[in-house]
Amino acid sequence: MSLISSLKIFSPSSLNTTQNALSVVSSRANSWWSHVEMGPPDPILGVTEAFKRDTNPKKMNLGVGAYRDDNGKPFILPAVKMAEAEIAKKNMDKEYSPISGSPEFCKATINLALGEDNEWTKNGLNATVQGISGTGSLRIGTAFLSAFFPGGKDLYMPTPTWGNHVPLAKHAGLGVKQYRYYDPKTCGFDFHGALQDIAKIPERSMILLHACAHNPTGVDPKPEQWAEMSKVIKEKKLFPFFDMAYQGFASGDIDKDAAPVRMFLKDGHQIALSQSYAKNMGLYGERAGAFSLICSSKEEAAATMSQLKIIIRPMYSNPPVTGARIATEILTNPSLRSQWLKDVKGMADRIISMRQLLRSNLAKEGSSRDWAHITDQIGMFCFTGMTPPQVEKLTKDFSVYLTKDGRISVAGITSKNVEYLAHAIHQVTK
Amino acid sequence: ERAPPIEVFALNKAYVEDTFPQKVNLGVGAYRTDEGKPWVLPVVRHMEQKLAADETLNKEYLPVLGYEPLASAATRMLLGSDSASLKEGRATGIQCLSGTGALRVGAEFLAHIGKHSIVYSSNPTWGNHSLVFLNAGFTSYRSYRYWDAAKKALDFDGLMEDLRNAPENSVIILHACAHNPTGVDPTQDQWRQIADLIEERRLFPFFDSAYQGFASGDLDRDAWAVRYFDSRGFEMVCAQSFAKNFGLYNERVGNLTFVAKDRSVIEPVRSQITLLVRANYSNPPNHGARIVGTVLNDPVLTEQWKSHIKTMADRIISMRLGLRERLEKLETPGTWNHITDQIGMFSFTGLGPLAVDKLIADHHIYLLKGGRINMCGLNTGNIDYVAKCIHEVVTTTQEASL
Repeated sequence: MSLISSLKIFSPSSLNTTQNALSVVSSRANSWWSHVEMGPPDPILGVTEAFKRDTNPKKMNLGVGAYRDDNGKPFILPAVKMAEAEIAKKNMDKEYSPISGSPEFCKATINLALGEDNEWTKNGLNATVQGISGTGSLRIGTAFLSAFFPGGKDLYMPTPTWGNHVPLAKHAGLGVKQYRYYDPKTCGFDFHGALQDIAKIPERSMILLHACAHNPTGVDPKPEQWAEMSKVIKEKKLFPFFDMAYQGFASGDIDKDAAPVRMFLKDGHQIALSQSYAKNMGLYGERAGAFSLICSSKEEAAATMSQLKIIIRPMYSNPPVTGARIATEILTNPSLRSQWLKDVKGMADRIISMRQLLRSNLAKEGSSRDWAHITDQIGMFCFTGMTPPQVEKLTKDFSVYLTKDGRISVAGITSKNVEYLAHAIHQVTK
Repeated sequence: ERAPPIEVFALNKAYVEDTFPQKVNLGVGAYRTDEGKPWVLPVVRHMEQKLAADETLNKEYLPVLGYEPLASAATRMLLGSDSASLKEGRATGIQCLSGTGALRVGAEFLAHIGKHSIVYSSNPTWGNHSLVFLNAGFTSYRSYRYWDAAKKALDFDGLMEDLRNAPENSVIILHACAHNPTGVDPTQDQWRQIADLIEERRLFPFFDSAYQGFASGDLDRDAWAVRYFDSRGFEMVCAQSFAKNFGLYNERVGNLTFVAKDRSVIEPVRSQITLLVRANYSNPPNHGARIVGTVLNDPVLTEQWKSHIKTMADRIISMRLGLRERLEKLETPGTWNHITDQIGMFSFTGLGPLAVDKLIADHHIYLLKGGRINMCGLNTGNIDYVAKCIHEVVTTTQEASL
């Protein structure tokens, strides 16, 4: 960055200004950082920022994926409040966690995924570590795979996938490739496209799978489709890496949501698994999650565990305890656990009913389009099928904020604004 | 393959499993009261109750770069409110996962964006420094001389020579105070010379500040070196930890302070760090940040906190005095003034590997192979025993002279 091009920015009208400008310019020239460019703005945060600036009282934020109650407010789960009260009574200390997190947390977490009495944990086949919520757990997993996966270092991801999967995997040193997933024609699962693409993946590659409530589409394979995928993945000797960020939050049933993971294990796959408590326990900012490897022997589990710790220690030494303590308290205290199951079902049910209301209101508006996908899809997000120009109009004319790909966060819909939303969507799509 | 166990955790495990009633843990670096118990600071307990009762709070995600009241207060605490860089908007803070997390984010930024590839730390240094930087993308990790085993003091000439020979653009890790593991800090005059050399050789200073306040009991005193560099106009980063000085070990509260020569680079730098954080863990944890951020922005709570720091620092200093007195009284061979000359949680005793082995095996006193002890592990209940055992192993071990 030359001094001359920098000088063009300033039009000094006084000597003093010139002197200031010159000293600014020279300090830029002496700086280590004058070459640093602004990074691209985060698309989702940009939506929220624009939403905040909007003065329309009917505005709606359907961007960020955080649950809201029927008043549009953040929701602290009753089970979480109860757990916090229990924890406060115990006057626990602030001593360092083990690098891998507390053993109780890890055990409760993997058992949540695989079932309380599952044979894999019973036989000590899992290496489970606490991670910084889902992202951190994925980061640990991709770092481990980058260093130790014996096959190809490309991670195959569904099209589309969570926006952060790609930079995260690349940052860990993995290549990123795609397999077909979403069919924009049906707003549903491109089952045949997926199978075809998966069958073409080179043997001994890694494949990323969203266990439930696919982000961003909300489109999940049916159980019989999962069974087919499991077969092909096994035949092609692929390594499945499950990202499960919505267990319980998708259907309201923790076993149903975890079924694909459990199916794959029963089918004999060794898997990697990332779990998050951000949504299903509403613990977003407390960053509670876990990464697991299901191995073929206790020795393997111990060896991989030791390597996972060596990855974690130079990242942040050991994990934050508060979110993990809440999750542990909930999962291991029977009355809190049953309260939590009610809470998570409540959230899932509200989302499901908002989907139903949106669809029925669109019909009431007289829309002739097929909106079945709104209720066919599951979880926090819905891929509406709206085009970027339609999205722009929706935002400009109705102050409804969502991402360009037509994705809405159903959690942002309430019984009080669903009619307005249906009206707005109908106006831009009719 | 199973990786070798990490030394400090293996040591702690061995201690925990030992059934000897008089066992002493001088390994892991966490504060202990005179009763040998962990201490949750009263101001922390108070804050937790306050936060629990606050109905306006929720568990929403923090911004990617963290809780701004914490980050700005932490940066101000480090640089001092008189700092020119702060006043001119050339300094910024980013909440990170305690000190380690701040080191890692800083290192990733320097490697990926700054394109630095060589890093130096002291010999010896905190065991985790090398992997943090290598995993962050640095390709060469090197040491500069630091500990003079014969003199049990800083090898200043060796340090200066090694820094003089460091290639331009090398990142130099400097312990802001209470050097871990030796407890030996440069004098102010030595810091001035180090700064001159770093400037002359176009090296990049990366401060590791894990003990501000905890070392001397005085926040300003412990920040002297960082503030001196700041006053000289250096661009630098500093990883800050609130694990020890707030006793918030497991909440992972830290801050990365970034100081630039020009305020116009701050926003681009923050936006690049945002991308790095997002790819690593998205956003930092909330609970500990609210505790520290609230205390640091409240004058009354800050004063309360400062008194806790002084309590901890004073107890450590009294243990240093006590150990030195006892060893000198026992006429244990060697000199022991280094125990009180050194500062902070750790002391490099100068004990050799054979002596260390004996202390562990024969006397159930646990310390790291390099002879580092955690002064917090000492208390009025065990200091006589420890002094006696050190005397015993020193007089019966044939090792390089102390």
